[in-house]
Amino acid sequence: METPEYPTAREARCPFAPAPVFREMTRTEPVARVRIWDGSTPWFVTRHADQRALLNDPRLSIDEKRPGYPHMTRARADGAPHHPRLITNTDPPEHTRLRRTVNAPFMVKRVEALRPRIQRVLDRLIDDLLAGPRPADLVRAIGLPVPTMVITEILGAPYEDHELFQTAGHVLISHDSTPGQAAEAGARLGGYLGELFAKKMAAPGDDVLSEMAGRVKAGEMDPREAISMAMAILIAGHETSASMISLGTLALLRNPDQLALLREHGDDPKFVANAVEELLRYLTIVHSGIRRIATEDIALHDTVIRADHGVIFDLACANWDEQQFPEPERLDLTRPARSHHAFGFGVHQCLGQTLARVELQIVYGTLYRRIPTLALAVPFEEVEFAMEGVAYGLRSLPVTW
Amino acid sequence: MRIEFDEDKCVAAGQCAMVAPALFDQRDEDGVSVVLDPAPGPERHDEAREAAAACPSGAIRLVEP
Repeated sequence: METPEYPTAREARCPFAPAPVFREMTRTEPVARVRIWDGSTPWFVTRHADQRALLNDPRLSIDEKRPGYPHMTRARADGAPHHPRLITNTDPPEHTRLRRTVNAPFMVKRVEALRPRIQRVLDRLIDDLLAGPRPADLVRAIGLPVPTMVITEILGAPYEDHELFQTAGHVLISHDSTPGQAAEAGARLGGYLGELFAKKMAAPGDDVLSEMAGRVKAGEMDPREAISMAMAILIAGHETSASMISLGTLALLRNPDQLALLREHGDDPKFVANAVEELLRYLTIVHSGIRRIATEDIALHDTVIRADHGVIFDLACANWDEQQFPEPERLDLTRPARSHHAFGFGVHQCLGQTLARVELQIVYGTLYRRIPTLALAVPFEEVEFAMEGVAYGLRSLPVTW
Repeated sequence: MRIEFDEDKCVAAGQCAMVAPALFDQRDEDGVSVVLDPAPGPERHDEAREAAAACPSGAIRLVEP
C-alpha cells in the first residue's frame, strides 16, 4: 500500500467515519506508516489493544523538543522549542508533578457539584431558543455557550470576556491558521490571562487561576507555567465540548430510533451516562492523532519501532476497531462503550474528561426531552462540517422544532 | 480480592472514583486517588475490576486469589 497522507479527508457521505484507508489499516496493517505535513513518515498505530498497551509504555515520550517528534502542524513544530514545560509535553515523573498542580478543580466531586449550575444555564439557553425565531443555529444557541460558561466559571474569568476566548481560541487551534496568526492569537490570550492572573494573585477566589496563584506564591509553580496551563485549559475545554454537543445532536437526528431511546430514558442517569460514552466513541472528535516519539526500540507485531522514530495514534481508528466494538459504524446507546479512547489513554488522558462527561450528560439528558420535535432545518448533506481543527465539529447546525 | 494502588503512577484522572465511588475517593488537595476499601467483598468485585480497567495510568492492580 502506498503511504497515505495523514490526516486524510473522510468520505463526504460518511462524515462520522474515519477515512476508509485508515479503517482498512486497522483491519490488516496495525503498525503502518503515514506521511505528514513535513514529508516525514511516522509509525501509525490504529488498534484499540495496541494503543492501550503503548499509551502507557514508558519507552514512548511526549517530549515535543526531541528531534524526530511527529508534530501536528508547522506552527506547532516552530513553537515547540519555545514552549515551557507543560502537562502536554512532559513525561513522568515531571508530568506527574505538573498534573497534580492543576487537577483539583477537575476532581469528580468538584465537577459533580457544578451540575445544578450547568443545568440552570442550559435550561435558560433552551428557554431563549424556544422563545426565538425558527430555524435557529444550535451551535450558537447551545453548543458554544454551555462550555464557554463552564470554563469561564472554572477559570474564574468574567463571562463578558467570552468573545475573546472564542475568537482567539479558534485561530489558535485551527490547522488553517498561519504561524503568524496563531502566534498573534496566543499573545492576545496570554496577555488577557496574564492580567486576570495578576488580579487573582491580589484577590483570590474559588477557581483554577486562584489555585494556581496560590501555588506560584508557595514557589511550587512559576507564573509562566500557570498562564500556559490556563490557556491550555481554556482552549481544550471549549470547542471540544461545543463540537460534541452539536455533532452528537446531528448523529442522533440521523439515528431517530436511538434519539427516541434517549428521550425515553433521559431521566435515567445510568442510561444517559452510557449514551454519552457511546457518542464519545462514535464521534471521537479529536481526529488528528495523538503523537509520541520512541526513546528505545519497541517490538510490536512483526515490526520494530526504532528509537527516535515518531508514532501517531489515531483515536478514531481504535474506537472503530471491530475487535473491540463490533459493528462500530452502528450508533448503539446501549452497548458497553466506556473503554473508548476518545479522551486518549495513559497518563496524558484528558484532564477535563469528567467535566466534559457531566456537561454532555446534562445536555443530552435535557435537550431532546425539552424539544421533542427537534429536527434538522436543512438536508443532512448541507450541514457544514469544520474538519480543519485538532478536533472536528460543525460550522453551524440549523434546527427547527 | 485485594486492591493494590501505586500512588506514584496516579495522575488523578478520577476514573476510579467515578466508576467505583464506594471503593475510591480523590484527596482534596490534588485529586490523587485514595483507596477506601482495599479488600472489597464479592458484591463489589465487578466495580473494582471496572475501576482497574478504567484507570488510564495503570495505578490500580487487583490481586485475586
